[in-house]
Amino acid sequence: MTKLALKVDNLSKTFTIGGGLLSKSRPGVRAVRPVSFEVPEGETLGVVGESGCGKSTFARMLVGLLEPTTGHIEIAGKALDNADPAAFGRLIQYMFQDPISSLNPRKTIRQIMEAPLRLLHGMDKPQRTARIAEIFASVNLREEFLDRYPHEFSGGQAQRIGIARALAAAPEIIILDEPVSALDVSVQAQVLNLMARLKKEFNLTYLFISHDLAVVEAVSDRIMVLYFGAVVEIGRAEDVFRAPKHPYTKLLADSAPVVGRALTAPESAAAELPDPLNPPRGCAFATRCPRATDECRANDPPLTQMGDSQFAACFHPLS
Amino acid sequence: MIAFFKLLFRNRLAAVGAVVLTVIVLMALAVPILPLKDPNLPHTAARFTPPFSEGYLLGADHLGRDQLSRLLWGTRTSLAVGAVAAFLAAFLGSAIGILSGYFGGRTDNILMRLIDMLMAFPYILLALAIVAALGTGLINALIAVAAVNIPFFARNIRGITVGLSHREFVDAARLAGKGHSRIILSEILPNVLPVIVIAMSTTVGWMILETAGLSFLGLGSQPPDSDLGSMLGLARAAFTTHPHTSIIPGVMIFLIVMSVNLLGDGVRDALDPRLRSGALSRPMAVTKVARNRTLPAAATPAPLLAVDDLETQFHVGERRYEAVGKVSLQVNPGECLGIIGESGSGKSVTALSLTGLVASPPGVITGGAVRLEGDDLLSANYETLRSIRGNRIAYIFQDPLSTLHPLYTVGDQLAEAIRCHAPVSRADAKSRALELMEAVRIPNAATRLSSYPHEMSGGMRQRVGIAMAMANDPDIIIADEPTTALDVTVQAQILSLLNDLRRERGLAIVFITHDFGVVAQLCDRVAVMYAGRIVEEGPTDAILATPAHPYTKRLIACVPELGGGRRELAAIPGLPPMVDDLPPGCHFAPRCDKATAECRVGYIALREGKQQRAVRCIHPEEDIA
Repeated sequence: MTKLALKVDNLSKTFTIGGGLLSKSRPGVRAVRPVSFEVPEGETLGVVGESGCGKSTFARMLVGLLEPTTGHIEIAGKALDNADPAAFGRLIQYMFQDPISSLNPRKTIRQIMEAPLRLLHGMDKPQRTARIAEIFASVNLREEFLDRYPHEFSGGQAQRIGIARALAAAPEIIILDEPVSALDVSVQAQVLNLMARLKKEFNLTYLFISHDLAVVEAVSDRIMVLYFGAVVEIGRAEDVFRAPKHPYTKLLADSAPVVGRALTAPESAAAELPDPLNPPRGCAFATRCPRATDECRANDPPLTQMGDSQFAACFHPLS
Repeated sequence: MIAFFKLLFRNRLAAVGAVVLTVIVLMALAVPILPLKDPNLPHTAARFTPPFSEGYLLGADHLGRDQLSRLLWGTRTSLAVGAVAAFLAAFLGSAIGILSGYFGGRTDNILMRLIDMLMAFPYILLALAIVAALGTGLINALIAVAAVNIPFFARNIRGITVGLSHREFVDAARLAGKGHSRIILSEILPNVLPVIVIAMSTTVGWMILETAGLSFLGLGSQPPDSDLGSMLGLARAAFTTHPHTSIIPGVMIFLIVMSVNLLGDGVRDALDPRLRSGALSRPMAVTKVARNRTLPAAATPAPLLAVDDLETQFHVGERRYEAVGKVSLQVNPGECLGIIGESGSGKSVTALSLTGLVASPPGVITGGAVRLEGDDLLSANYETLRSIRGNRIAYIFQDPLSTLHPLYTVGDQLAEAIRCHAPVSRADAKSRALELMEAVRIPNAATRLSSYPHEMSGGMRQRVGIAMAMANDPDIIIADEPTTALDVTVQAQILSLLNDLRRERGLAIVFITHDFGVVAQLCDRVAVMYAGRIVEEGPTDAILATPAHPYTKRLIACVPELGGGRRELAAIPGLPPMVDDLPPGCHFAPRCDKATAECRVGYIALREGKQQRAVRCIHPEEDIA
């Protein structure tokens, strides 16, 4: 049994509505329904889902930028229940989707790189300089970049600076939130391959969030599929899209444009996400699902084991 | 810094303001060392001496005090009070604004309601109340003027801070271990500082005026000292008999306030980054065309749309960005042509050049021809182009939320698009809009007609965008990354809709994308662009199966396909070249492993081969001849 890098228990987030000076806020949108899972050390867990499925809310809770409504997070055996980003920062880091806007336009790269070293690890000036040189060497960036400002870099370079900043905190886990979706295909692979190498070099665990199924499949050990704030399927990367159990996973796999496959709309035009302010009873996917029955519309299907390492939340799974 | 002053002085009025203000400030600073009479020494014999008299250049006031000396000392006081008040108001107001915007929630609510209370009183009443409570005196007037102006800063700065504090770099700083005070001081403040400076430069004149107002009412500076306001106040009684005593301080106030405001406006414009990049210069309705060569010969028979050797450049200062270099394309009815390329490859600029939609300045079409059924569009006048845009050639853009007007219902916008080109009644246009909504398979089309764009999902909005493009039965639709912003399940629906529409109506589609999967599913032919040039063109199946250009081959290899399992992905080392500094010869040569010395010199032509294929390469991967 390998060590667990991340253990999440019943994590959920409900955003409140209202809450002015005099009115009391009331619970509103359930962005993430209770989620539990474990990630062993050294694994890459892919997280896929469409816009509005709660991917980003989920990621922000894991790094302490957002306080969860319920649940516990345990990183490398340490419980982190308070939303203190600095405590989280040493264990888990976040790499942002937009490489340029995650860098303060009025700071040099050196100032950006020094912050985590000084504040999280209390390094003095010579130590910091040495460490930055080390990190920059491993992400293939030249040290002369250190005195430049963020707008002088291309997307691919800025994303590598983002990786360098995350590495500077020397975390156990890095959450990669759509790390390559802002990049061109020819550059995308450069960044992905670099991240794969760094993972080995620094013994990291990744949570790879993306809407690009093919990219997720190429880099992940296991994949978790989110729909409407809940996990609908989780399993080994090679199985999830090849032999999906949940009808939604199958819909996703069928929708991805693939060279050599004829163009067909996999579902009717009326299909839309349910209203998050007024969620339906039972399975959230039931309104779009060809296999839905009355049972699906009445009860929430629990995540159950199907096959040796695949779990799906469905009453009528695909075989 | 030098660039800032250059921009500032390009504005003539700001330059005048700067010169006048500098002279006044220098004079005010030099007052103690100038050989002036004592401003407070009365001299009854000289009462109301007119200006330009011996010993009294600007005359004397009702007590016979020297006006010149009093004016300069008064200016000194007024400037100092105005500047200090502006600084105080900016400091306190910005502090409140930053705290309120950064922390949000209850803090924001309470602080902003307090600011609202300050704003609820007419400013002069509020200032009077503060002076009444504190007692008269210049310092108290200063406090009153500063307090009255706090809300202006607090509101402005709060708005900016709210935007900034949700930016990703603030989250990143938090994860780097920074606390609230560090984030405010080192992340937020440097980004709002320019705004504070701008707000100060535009309000300092106003504050000088307000201080003068309070002094004029006798609530500011107390005798025998005086500032410009109290000089005016004292001269009021003699206004009709000896107007010079009030005109002189009046002119000074006017000069100060005008010069400060002119300079302030100039500073604001010069610091605004949008102005620096020329965004506010109004683009022309049609892209500027500056072709100095003879037009390339037209093909016969004329295809529906033919682009021949199109060249579009962006001229920014001395720089020439060659965004599109000698692009040739042909589209026939019912055909779907894909243009594929990475960002900066010139695919979108090509599409916009077709009907002169590239913003000018800085865009210039420097060569080539665009022919719609044989007629050159680039030499057409604006009216002709306008009747073609949307009517015969329609566009679908990436983000329908930014191309649809947020304040009109989608039904009204569709009806407007129809009535723009066809003389039909409002009712007919409405019913046609409904047909269009049904044609793009929007469920409950009749009720959706009265929805606003923000009430629809991304997929539904893009359907409206397609309906809009279809409104006048165009011959050609140019779709610029129409599905890039959409989820995969929605993308599949939109693509199959476009495919059906073209088969049903014989539409020609030019589909611009960066996604090979999309091209493979929808397009008959594809043109691959790299750094402004077409590097390869031909039937989609042939190019995907046997790419001839090394760039195409390696780009296809970079795209991960679903079902491949975990693997190392192929990458192309290096970056695409900047189009203002293109390498000679093949643009891809610096990144190509087959490149030889031959590849790096001279223009490499697009060579045609069998099966309508063409490739721009000396060492192609496949022999297509």
